[in-house]
Order: sequence, then C-alpha cells, then structure tokens
Amino acid sequence: MGQSLTSLFIVIQVLKRLGIAFLTLIVVSFAVFFATDMLPGDVAQILLGQAATPEAVAGLREAMGLNEPALQRFFGWLTGLTHGDLGTSYANNMAVAELIDGRLKNSLKLAGVTTAVSVPLSLTLGIAAAMWRNSPFDRAVSIATISVISVPEFMVATLSVLIFAVWLDWLPALSFGADVSSFVDVLRAYAMPVITLSCVICAQMIRMTRAAVIETINTPYVEMALLKGASRWRMVLVHALPNALGPIANAIALSLSYLVGGVIIVETIFNYPGVAKLMVDAVATRDLPLIQSTAMIFCISYLSLITLADVIATLSNPRLR
Amino acid sequence: MTSNKPTNWTGHDDSMVENMLRRGASRRDLLKFLMVSGVGAATSGSILFKAQQALAATPVTGGSLRAAGWSSSTADTLDPAKASLSTDYVRCCAFYNRLTFLDESGTPQLELAESIDTADAQTWEVKLRSGVEFHNGKTLTADDVVYSLKRHLDKSVGSKANSIAKQMTEISKLDDLTVKIVLMAPNADLPTILSLHHFMIIAEGTKEFTTANGTGAFVCDTFEPGVRSIGVRNENYFKSQKAYLDSFEFFAIPDNSARINALLSGDIQLAAALNPRSRRLLEGQDEVRMSITTSGNYTNLNIRLDMEPGTHFDFVEGMKSLVHREAIQKSVLRGMAEIGNDQPISPSNRYYNINLEPRAYDPEKALFHFKKAGLVGTEIPMITSSAPNSAVDMATVVQQAGSEIGMKLKLEQVPADGYWSNYWLKSPIHFGNINPRPTPDILFSLLYSSDAPWNESRYKSEKFDKMMLEARGELREDRRATMYWEMQEMIANEAGTIIPAFISNIDGVSSKLGGLKSNPLGGMMGYAFAEYVWLND
Repeated sequence: MGQSLTSLFIVIQVLKRLGIAFLTLIVVSFAVFFATDMLPGDVAQILLGQAATPEAVAGLREAMGLNEPALQRFFGWLTGLTHGDLGTSYANNMAVAELIDGRLKNSLKLAGVTTAVSVPLSLTLGIAAAMWRNSPFDRAVSIATISVISVPEFMVATLSVLIFAVWLDWLPALSFGADVSSFVDVLRAYAMPVITLSCVICAQMIRMTRAAVIETINTPYVEMALLKGASRWRMVLVHALPNALGPIANAIALSLSYLVGGVIIVETIFNYPGVAKLMVDAVATRDLPLIQSTAMIFCISYLSLITLADVIATLSNPRLR
Repeated sequence: MTSNKPTNWTGHDDSMVENMLRRGASRRDLLKFLMVSGVGAATSGSILFKAQQALAATPVTGGSLRAAGWSSSTADTLDPAKASLSTDYVRCCAFYNRLTFLDESGTPQLELAESIDTADAQTWEVKLRSGVEFHNGKTLTADDVVYSLKRHLDKSVGSKANSIAKQMTEISKLDDLTVKIVLMAPNADLPTILSLHHFMIIAEGTKEFTTANGTGAFVCDTFEPGVRSIGVRNENYFKSQKAYLDSFEFFAIPDNSARINALLSGDIQLAAALNPRSRRLLEGQDEVRMSITTSGNYTNLNIRLDMEPGTHFDFVEGMKSLVHREAIQKSVLRGMAEIGNDQPISPSNRYYNINLEPRAYDPEKALFHFKKAGLVGTEIPMITSSAPNSAVDMATVVQQAGSEIGMKLKLEQVPADGYWSNYWLKSPIHFGNINPRPTPDILFSLLYSSDAPWNESRYKSEKFDKMMLEARGELREDRRATMYWEMQEMIANEAGTIIPAFISNIDGVSSKLGGLKSNPLGGMMGYAFAEYVWLND
C-alpha cells in the first residue's frame, strides 16, 4: 500500500515537473528570440562583413528568405520543432540537427567523464571533511576548495597546458583530433580539460556535502545512533547521509548543468568542439534557428538535472520512505 | 651555433634576414646590411647560412600536417564566393584552383589558364589548360569558368567579390577551352584580379557546398564548419609537382597562448597570426621559428571629411601630425610593423612611392592646426574597438598625445560584435582595418575613388578618379607607376585616413616544416601553404 502510494506521488511529481518544464522551454525560447532580435545587424550583414553594401545585403536577405518578419520566421521554426525539425542554419545552410549532433555528443562525453571523476571525489572529500570536522584535514580541504574556486578556469587551463604539455610533454595540448587509438590515449586527451572542469565544479559540491552532512550529524536521531553504539562510519553513511541527500543532489545538479553550456572557456583553450562554442558562433552570426536550438538544449539539460535532483530529494525524504 | 652570433641577436633578426632574402635581396646586399649593423664578416656568413638553409631545403614527400588558424565558426564555408576568414581561404586554396595565382614577388602566374591575352586591356581571352579534372572526375571546360565567374554577379549568392566582379560585363564561352571576358573599361590588372581567393573555379552548376569539388592539390575528406577540415593529396592533380603532404588538417585555436602552446608542444606544426607580444616566447626555441611577412595589412584612423570635426581640414592635418607612428610601430606593434605614410600601398608592393615620407610626430604643428580649426578644448569622441587589430592601443597612444597639448579626444570603446556594420565607415572618427590587396587599383577603387564602397573618409577628387581610370587601362608599366606614385601623394595629403603602420603577420612554424614562403596575399603563404610545404622527419 505505502509502496504504491509513494510511486504514485512520484509520478504526479514528475508529471507536474514536466508540465512546468515545457512551459519554461516556451518562455525561454521567446526570451531568446526577443534578445536575438535586439542584437544589432542580421545574418546577411554579418556574413558579408566588411563587404556589406546595402545592395549586397538586400540581395542576400532576399535569397535567404530573411525578408519575412522575424516573428513569422520564429513561429515557422517553432512549428517545425513540433515535428522534430530543428530547421536549417542560416550561416551555412546545413541542417541544425546535423550541426548539433556531433558536438552535443562531444559535450556529453566531456560532461560524462568529468561527472564520473568529480562527483565521487567531491562526495568522498565532503563526507570525510564533515566526519573529521575542524581537523587539519578538514581545514586543508576547505582551503584547497576555496583557493581552487578563486582561480579563474582560463588560468588553470592555460597553466596546466604550459606545465603538462609544453614543459613536461606528458599530455597533448589539444584534446580534440589527437590520436586516440587506445584507452590510455583517451585518458591523456581528456586529462587536462577534465582536471580544469573538476576544479571549477568540485568546490561547490564539496562544501555543500560537508555542510549538509554536518547538519544531519547534529540532529538528535544521529546522536541517538551514536549512543546506541553505531560506528562513526555507520552513523554517517547509514543514518546521516540519506537525510542529507536532498541538498547534496541539488548542489550536484547545479554544478553538472554548468558542464553542458558553461564550458566555453575550456572548449576554447583545448580546442574542443562542443555545444557551448556552437552557441557563441550562432549568436555571432545571428543564426536564429541555431541559437534557439542550442538554447533549448541547455534549458532541457538544466531542467532535467534539476527534476532528477528533486526526485532524489523526494525519495530520500523519510516521511515518504 | 650561438657562438657565431652577435650577443643580442634574436630569432626576430633571423626572420628579418630571411624575409629580406625572400624579397630578393642578394647576398651582397645582406652582407652590406649586416656590416652596417655592426655584425662581423665571419658572423654574417653564418647568419646568412642559417637563413638560406631555412628557405632552401630538399622537399620530402609524405606525412600529415596539422595547422591552426585564429578564427573559425559555423559560418565557415567551402563556397569561394563567400569566403571571408583565413580558414575559408586555406580550404579554398587547397581544394580549388584559380585561373592565375600570385608568386612571392606579387607577379601573376598562370594556374588553370594556359594563356591570358588582350590587345586593349578591355577584351580578354583566357585559354584553359586541357585535361584538368575535378575531384569527381569531370573535365574542366570553359562552362565551369563562366559559371564560376558569373556567380559573383548574382546578388543572391552573396559574393564578397561582387564589387570587383561587376566590371566584367561579358563572360562567355568561345570554345570548350576558351573564355572571353569583356570589361566595362580597360583594366590591365585582370590577371591579378583573377588570382583573388574568391575567383576559385568550381564545377558548373555547383550549388551545394557541404563538400568541395575542385581541381586542387587536395581532395576534401572532412569539412565540419567551426570544427576542422581535412584534405588528402589529390593523386590526379594536373601539376607535375603534386602536394608533398599526404594530408593536412586545419582548424582554429582562437586563443593566442593556446595556439602557441599547441605549437610548442608539437601538437601542431603551423600556428597562424601570432600576437607580436608573444615574440619572446618563440625566441630561443630550437624547435620553432617565426615566419614574418609584411604584406599590406593595416589598421587606420579614419576621419570623415563630410562630418564634424573632419569638415575642418586643419583638424585632419593636426591629427596627422599628432599620430606618433614610431611609438605605434615600436610599442603597440612590438616592432613587428613597417611605418606607414597615410596611403594604402605597402612597401613590399612594386608601385610603392619611396619618396613619400611618413609625417613626423610634431605636437606643436598639431596644436597650430587644432587652434586654426578652433577645436582645442572641445571634447571630440574617437570610436575604437578590439575588432580592428590593435586599434584600442593605437587610440590610447593618440589620445595621450592629444591630452599633452590640451586636445580632449574622448575614447569610446565599443564591442567588437557588430563593429563593422555599426561603426566602421559610419562614425565621424573611427578605426578601420584593411586586409592586403594585390594591386593599387583594387585598393584605390575599393577605398578612395569618389564612389568607392569603403570610402572610409569620404574622400572625393575628380582628378583622382580620372587618374585611376587612366592608370587602370595603361599597359605601359612606367606610365602606370608614375601615376600611382602621384596618387599615393594625393591620398596621403588630401584624404582623411591616417595609416600609421603596415602590420607584419607572424606565423609560428615548427622547424620540421619546409617550403613556407611569404606572399603578398597574406600570411601562411597567402593561405596556400598546404600545396607547397613539406614535413621533415
């Protein structure tokens, strides 16, 4: 009985979330559209660059079908989207889906590897810091996380390239297109971008984990567990951690959502073709279908991570267990 | 080897000597130059030896090259008519051919054309090579050439070369291998015009540019806009000397230090257009060298003559004396430039007027003119941006010089995004950046004739327009040169464009890379390096 009630609750919760997510997507796409529309110049002017004489711009606009009102083109794109058609890029006439395909995979690969490295690392460090609160170990972790998050990532990236690729010659300076025939090559190619990204996202996760675990350790029922003779490890992992999962999941979701759209600096320095650079290109060329499609991807990945975090929080809620 | 060099000798000096050699300086000229600079005879010999070695080595076949430019985006294209960034030019040169191309001295040489003849510089007959094949096996005919050239006249193509192509009033096929081109007015430069990157020859009827079907030395293997391009050697190339490289990969690393790091770590063998500030990073490294070319790229300060305050010609005169060219050349551009004299033809061009001295930095003279214009103390906005190369630093130098004599030049830095469509050509005082163009006529008709599309200062002179047309149809070299010299003087003295320096292009090159020469169409051998370079083991 309780079991089915719980699952029903979760299904309703997820459905409600999906509805809100759908509305959010529509609102975001309108916001992106109006923001793009406010940018000076259109794709014909940008493509012609210095050669944009009024006649040349008019001719190209005509040929590209840009003379229709912008709002009408936007609705055209939105209608296409309902059939799963992301439209055609203005800048190079290729299907947006084709442009996004390879680069989204690249971004997801990088995000996946970074997640696999940074989440276990942050959880371990965060929990350990909470267990040995105020010990030299805890202090060291705190100082390290704060210093790492204070250094801008382009600096971490550039310095690590200088040290590991140029001076020591251990790792390739570019991550993409390097010769990746074996597992070791893959590790070598991903090492530096993953380290750089982990530096950025680990700090927040470690601090949040530590705070959440400490908070539950201080609750009476955990103290009770300790008094009943549970070991320190058992107390933290079995009694405290499940109740701290909600805030931790949220912190992780927020950090990870950064990995899809926010990694522009890492993509630039390591010459890694992901979706963040794609969106910057799209904005620079005022390529509306591409801007909209990438914005939707960022929005969807953000919303799904947040929804997932909420579901985990709900599941970890003792009143529902 | 270092013991054979003077103590303060740097990699920059090496590349300078190399650059002189490329331009055709004889061994004797160079020894004289080195002696004057206080370098002993024995040492000079060894310096020369190193520079000559870099230029003349035996080509090696095989290997694959990875090269990085500085910009690439989803707007990357394989359509030669729309080519606009270095990455586009590199691809076009590798996958297609032109009717003519420019050699390192700026002289047009025949490529797909077998001969180009004219009697009056107005009606031209282009004979094509026979037996040239496109990558898909189609044989090159006059139809392809007519199609390729006519596209530039079609507004819906969005060709960047439309304004230059407009003068071709008739482009027609005479027989399978002969094309007739009739110009609106005589233009003796047609062979050079046809060497521009936009006039690459594509197969008749080509509308899709997801891959390249050209006649070039490389076949397009991969083209991912904004990511990378890979070309593999065309074994069916029509030239007897096919490409040395098995394949090449070209992509962009927009960040300057990332590009240098990739070169230093050996991940790439060619890093294009490095910032002059990074010179020190490359000097003293054995595995890399710099390839420096000054081919006519410049950033200029434009004062519109039809708007306040440029309507007071004394203001323009004052500004010309206020611009400290040496400071811009030495500190802003780190010595990687040649001082300019307010006209667009670079010292490497054979029509350069050597008698036209650059204006001296003279604040007192400037103040005299500003007083005459009644503008001392008036706040005058000067638009700058990071879009034109080094314009922000240049603007700061000018503003400082102004504030020392009481001129209130107000720096307004605007975003690079949209700069060319919103501020360039439009604001009363702004910066521009002009890429190298091969002939004085193209520069003049693009930038200085009364109806020029990019007339940056709105310079209008009937005499200039008349001379331009006359020189254009003039087949006698010496007559043309005389006219071009006078026109350079007119621009320097009458127009509102201040050209303080011609900016050198620095390509970082791995010492394994051989065969890279300079070219008047720009860095990376006028973007055509792929066909000519080789990799030593």
